[in-house]
Amino acid sequence: MRKSWIVTLAALAPVYAQNIVIQNATIMTVTKGTLEGSLVIKDGKIAEVGEKVMMPLNATVIDAGGQYIIPGIIDCHSHIAVDGSVNEGSVAVSSMVNIKDVINPEDIAIYRALAGGVTAANILHGSANPIGGQTIVLKMRWGRDAQGMIFEGALPGIKFALGENPKRPGNPPGGRGATQTVPARYPATRMGVEDTIREALNQAKAYKAEWDDYAAKVARGEHPLPPRKDLKLEPLKEVLEGKRYVHAHCYREDEILMLLRVADDYGFKIRTLQHVLEGYKVAQEIAASGTGASTFSDWWAFKIEAYDAIPYNAALMQKKGIVVSLNSDDDELIRHLNTEAAKAMKYGGVSETDALAMVTINPAKQLGIDSRVGSIEAGKDADLVIYDKYPLSDYAKVLKVLIDGRVYFDRNNDVNGRPAKALEKQKLLDKEKQSQPKPTGGRGPVQ
Amino acid sequence: MKLLGILIGCAIAAGGASNDSVLIRGADIYPVSSEPVKAASILVLDGKISEIGLKVVAPKGVRVLDGKGLRVYPGMIDSGTNLGLSEIELIRETVDTGELGEFMPQLRALASVNPDSEHFAVVRIAGITSAMTFPAGAGNDEGGGGRGRPPQYISGQAALIHTFGRTWEEMAISGPAAMYVQFPALGPTGGRGGPVPENVAGLAGETGARTFTEMMRTYQQEMAKLTDFFEEARRYQKAKTASLAGFVRDLKYEAMLPVLEGKLPVAIAAATPRAIHDAIKFAEKENVKIVIVQPRELGSAAAELKAKNIPVILGRVLALPRGQDEPYDEAFTLPAEAYKAGIKFAFGTFENQFVRNLPYQAATAVAFGLPQDEALKAITINPAQIWGAGDRLGSIETDKLADLIVTTGDPLEIQTQVKHVFIRGQEIELSSKQTRLYDKYLNRQ
Repeated sequence: MRKSWIVTLAALAPVYAQNIVIQNATIMTVTKGTLEGSLVIKDGKIAEVGEKVMMPLNATVIDAGGQYIIPGIIDCHSHIAVDGSVNEGSVAVSSMVNIKDVINPEDIAIYRALAGGVTAANILHGSANPIGGQTIVLKMRWGRDAQGMIFEGALPGIKFALGENPKRPGNPPGGRGATQTVPARYPATRMGVEDTIREALNQAKAYKAEWDDYAAKVARGEHPLPPRKDLKLEPLKEVLEGKRYVHAHCYREDEILMLLRVADDYGFKIRTLQHVLEGYKVAQEIAASGTGASTFSDWWAFKIEAYDAIPYNAALMQKKGIVVSLNSDDDELIRHLNTEAAKAMKYGGVSETDALAMVTINPAKQLGIDSRVGSIEAGKDADLVIYDKYPLSDYAKVLKVLIDGRVYFDRNNDVNGRPAKALEKQKLLDKEKQSQPKPTGGRGPVQ
Repeated sequence: MKLLGILIGCAIAAGGASNDSVLIRGADIYPVSSEPVKAASILVLDGKISEIGLKVVAPKGVRVLDGKGLRVYPGMIDSGTNLGLSEIELIRETVDTGELGEFMPQLRALASVNPDSEHFAVVRIAGITSAMTFPAGAGNDEGGGGRGRPPQYISGQAALIHTFGRTWEEMAISGPAAMYVQFPALGPTGGRGGPVPENVAGLAGETGARTFTEMMRTYQQEMAKLTDFFEEARRYQKAKTASLAGFVRDLKYEAMLPVLEGKLPVAIAAATPRAIHDAIKFAEKENVKIVIVQPRELGSAAAELKAKNIPVILGRVLALPRGQDEPYDEAFTLPAEAYKAGIKFAFGTFENQFVRNLPYQAATAVAFGLPQDEALKAITINPAQIWGAGDRLGSIETDKLADLIVTTGDPLEIQTQVKHVFIRGQEIELSSKQTRLYDKYLNRQ
């Protein structure tokens, strides 16, 4: 299934791809230093980066004199483009549901994220369940359909969640004595969250054993009946096999350590700890486990488990050897992750390159897409952001955003296109008004 | 560095001299009220700015701070917070905004400010030396009909406070600085969806939503209630002035007197040009001073605000557009629009956890067309003047309170570090819950 649409994409690619040369820019490659020069894009890929480059034939030239180019920003935690609620909260383990099935490619948040320099994002299920739904990585190919937005080849993930959010359904409003309109759902404590995760993994392990046994028999030439497919356990089996990443929402140090130990017990790795606001307290344990951390720059005190959050979290974790990214988890914040990175320089003295890495190559590594995106290198996807000024400053704004070598956002076009859009909207409103029955008086319709 | 500051502070205290005097020598001074002066000095005596000049001599016993290579700015002022009243948003026990009741002008934010709130240290070491703290969530999210409560019209008295002090009395800069009124609005207001335009609202009957006529009726009823309350307060004022027989002191109406006398401005949250226009009309009819808070669109109201010299508190610059069809940069460009219209404005962050990002919100407005010096004014001198403290705060001028920040550069740039903070001339220790946790765990082996 997946293979077939990759082929389709590949067939489509030449239709829109073109050769582009961006000249006279300050190019912040993240992995290969910063240089003044040009960048050549061929067939949606970065072909060459250098002070002097070979001009390809028939190239569109973008003069970026005085401007800055960085790799497209990648948000490791977002809920944009999700149609409706992000939470399937009715069960404690909702691993059978998949965000991929509810992608709305017309969500305006996609375009706005794009206008903030974001080219890819990890779209997550909510945090109402100790084990939540399956997740998907998107490229912000605004204008394409849902399938066309999916980051082809990116390993899918699953959301885990610890702490206050997953235990909230266990403590419905009104307290335990009150007559409940919503029944309490296990778990109601952090203890129960651990138990729920272990229980599900235990089932998944047994389920995997059934399938392993079946595969062994088939390999021996026997003809056994296959085990029954379990849609809840299938993604968890993939987790145990290292075929699906776990992105775990967490705040407090105790729960962070708990999950790392549970993963040890079941022989898999947590791919990223999300939010991980107290990650700085257990940084060496996280580093030793090889787990990535994706955090907020400076959010705090919005709930009790965020009261010990510090803006130095990213810097401290990075110093202790963790691959750190800065995420948004928010439709607005996603629009200025470049300045969130600058905060890692302010709080904790992270270098310019390391700070920029926290919103480019590091999230790419965490999502297993770093061979494709996250830095400006020949052979990588031409996912690029052009800023008018130094991008680690609030004074900078995004001028253009390219994905696969195609311009998906252009500030000039956006601004210049506004009068025409306003006119179009007015026409539609007029048309809608005309198609409405004439109001019959001062009162609304009788219900 | 931090330790050194504390040691110096102790030394001064031990020496018997006051610890609210200092000479900052050889720094670049950005007074805001006038052009920057390179390599100059500021003498602070007894908490006030005493002298500014190229050659200033420290009186005997006054500490000298070498400001070479550093810049001095007035402390920044956030015009919209719930500082001291709200600690952890989701835990009601730690939140004291949003009282019950429709007309509550007698409520004082000031006397419920917790001076030991962890937020104060976090924001003052970022250079925010004073703030307006409001008795209700300024986003109309509390008390004002949110959370299934009946609407609130008057939420109480907002206060202008310093972000340092042992008691709220020490923190107070003035008494009440504004009366917070949650003005009735037509249809759904604010929020992400924004108000419903009339042409769309007219179609709403079909979807089961309230029709425009119904919304209009509710709006008029609410306006009548608000007008009635002001009318009652005015009658009370007359009765009091005339010392009528049987006059009984009433705390609500008593609290309204400074408003009616034009001494205390009314802060009115109004998102749309129409709401702004209505608020102005109301204020003129009632003959009260107003400040418009958190507009999302100025449009046709911009000229009116300018002509009538009504100041505006702009909400978060880093905000989403109101609706799907609005330009992505709608909130980013609003300050430049206000500036071009000649409106006097200041910035508010309207959420405690983002107060320290006040200068970065202002900087985003600069990226989208606001001159940098105007952005700086909107977080220093403008709010000081709007909230009635222009004679004491907001710029580096002699006889003003020594609320100063010493920085490595432009305070609007994220990477700039705040090296020293003075509030009323007293140097603030640059530590907070967050720096202490950082130090503790950075050194964990």
